[in-house]
Amino acid sequence: MTLPIRAERRLVVPRTVALTAVTLSVLVALVVIGIVFTLAGIPPLATYARMFRGAFGSTYGLSETLVKTIPLLLTSVGLAVAFRALVWNIGAEGQLLMGATAATWVALFLLPDAPSWVLLPAMFLAGFIAGALWALIPAFLKVRFQTNEVITTLMTVYIAEEFVNYLVYGPWKGAAEWGFPYTDRFPEAAQLPVLGATRIHYPTLLLGLILAALMYVLLHHTKLGYEIRVTGENPLAARYAGIDARRIILFVMLISGGLAGLAGVGEVAGVHHRLRYARGISAGYGFTAIIVAWLGRLHPLAIIVASFLFGGLLVGGDVLQVSLNLPVATIDMFNGVILFFVIAAEILTRYKISVRSKEA
Amino acid sequence: MDWQVFWTAVLAAIPAGTPYLYATLGEIYAERSGILNLGVEGMMIMGAVVGFGVTLSTGNPWLGFAAAALAGALLALIHAFVSITLRANQIISGLALTMFGLGLSGLLGRRYIGTPLPVRVREVPIPILSDIPLVGDLLFNHDPIVYLSFVLVPVLGFLLFHTRLGISIRSVGENPATADAMGVNVFRVRYLCTVWGGVLAGIAGAYLSIVYAPAWIEGMTAGAGWIAIALTIFALWSPYRALVGAYLFGGVKVLQYRLQPLGVSPNLLNTLPFVLTILVLLMATGEVRRRRIGMPAALGIPYSREER
Repeated sequence: MTLPIRAERRLVVPRTVALTAVTLSVLVALVVIGIVFTLAGIPPLATYARMFRGAFGSTYGLSETLVKTIPLLLTSVGLAVAFRALVWNIGAEGQLLMGATAATWVALFLLPDAPSWVLLPAMFLAGFIAGALWALIPAFLKVRFQTNEVITTLMTVYIAEEFVNYLVYGPWKGAAEWGFPYTDRFPEAAQLPVLGATRIHYPTLLLGLILAALMYVLLHHTKLGYEIRVTGENPLAARYAGIDARRIILFVMLISGGLAGLAGVGEVAGVHHRLRYARGISAGYGFTAIIVAWLGRLHPLAIIVASFLFGGLLVGGDVLQVSLNLPVATIDMFNGVILFFVIAAEILTRYKISVRSKEA
Repeated sequence: MDWQVFWTAVLAAIPAGTPYLYATLGEIYAERSGILNLGVEGMMIMGAVVGFGVTLSTGNPWLGFAAAALAGALLALIHAFVSITLRANQIISGLALTMFGLGLSGLLGRRYIGTPLPVRVREVPIPILSDIPLVGDLLFNHDPIVYLSFVLVPVLGFLLFHTRLGISIRSVGENPATADAMGVNVFRVRYLCTVWGGVLAGIAGAYLSIVYAPAWIEGMTAGAGWIAIALTIFALWSPYRALVGAYLFGGVKVLQYRLQPLGVSPNLLNTLPFVLTILVLLMATGEVRRRRIGMPAALGIPYSREER
């Protein structure tokens, strides 16, 4: 006996189906995490309510959510470009840190006396270059020696973290920081303006929105973007069409590394105003951005929404940590479970499920 | 360097490399069947926390290891379902598994931080053999989990290269459609190998928290799972070569501790295994290309009967 259900393969997934699938998958993920919470003796509904109120329930919460949206947006939009070409840059966390380091170097050592209109652009430029160069190391190894970029990009994260820690515990340790692993505070001119009494460094937010739009145009309305998409969707066809895969790999790594670097500049120039130990600068933005990119289906405009939601999730994570005394890593569990359900849902939307009529 | 100092470092490299060895052996089996599991780090850390917790509450480290193996297997089962049955992207699924494992272990382990274990797993010198100069210390004066790994390497190598099951596993990883036509159950073999990879990763993690540390520290695997994935390539998917790679990284870990008192920045020393991983990967990839061997041809590609 066969079930009266038919699964047909779809060629194009309608937008409403995709959106419903993503929403449902996040909800199911929350149910699963709720079960884990219950088993761990944590009341799930009350906890979710606190997280939600913390992230979206007050002006302060919303502003903090936006603060965390900024690095997620910049990083995940860049990653989306790389993932579209099926280039697995898993090292955005390290590229972000290198961007932050380069900006710090400009602010404290290269141009400490420059006026704001020189210093801030110089910091962003240095951050982009540092992030891009850090990403180009695994990119070069991939095009030249065909090493697996998943592992090499990830290794560069660990190396970048230790490098930042080396700097702030060692040669760059601030003179006025009482033994904390911080550099000295940035000069006023190296600090980004913020909205009112919040910590929203709006120039970086604007930069993120502009770059999201630019990446959308790049991917969907330029020849290079077309080549990137073909390389990802059908590598063989790309080769026959004469697309140079090596050029695509280098380009998408440069863009994704550079954008992560900009996110790092935003963190030091907009939020911390100094370089701190690695985990203090970024509590995993580079990794969370991978999920954000996937949740936004690698579409730069959808990623804007996904970044905001995950900004909220990270603020909710802080609530867990501060008021419920749960470890920071708890948020990784949210990340993992949501990602599982998002990719599972993605597979299911490829099929059109319908109830078969009797005659058929 | 003083001979004595060198020799103690070599001896210390074996327990230090043992977690890498277990995790790499597991990943070799998963990848040989065509399943890339980037969740090794997540499975290891879950093995570490579950193994520690069970040892703490039962007072029996062997129950701890068994529970850790089970935890690793269950996590691997998620990856198997998502990547084999649903045929989702294996890279993303593996990353999700690592994140999930890191998060859940943090949550489960919050009670264990700073708690000492009531029991220790100690070395069991093998009578007579352990008295042989040099070789005795090198091979016959370890804890049972190290002995087990000594046995596992040839057993898993033999199984993979000289038995019917091994041929099935390798054929499924090289050409699943042909294997399927020959009557091999592709899905069953892939599930089996992926879950077996989880078992070994769980044991690897438990070795860290029950024997090596012994303690529970949040995030204590610190990249060891990723190193194991690189070692799988370095090993050219052979259990015998995994042994070399694992002890090499064990040696680096020992070196880190030895160099620290000499005034080298601990942060820079910490980058050693990761820099070495990139170098090792570079060498291995070159070898794979030159000798045209190694990587299972169907690695990371979902198998579907309707699309063959």
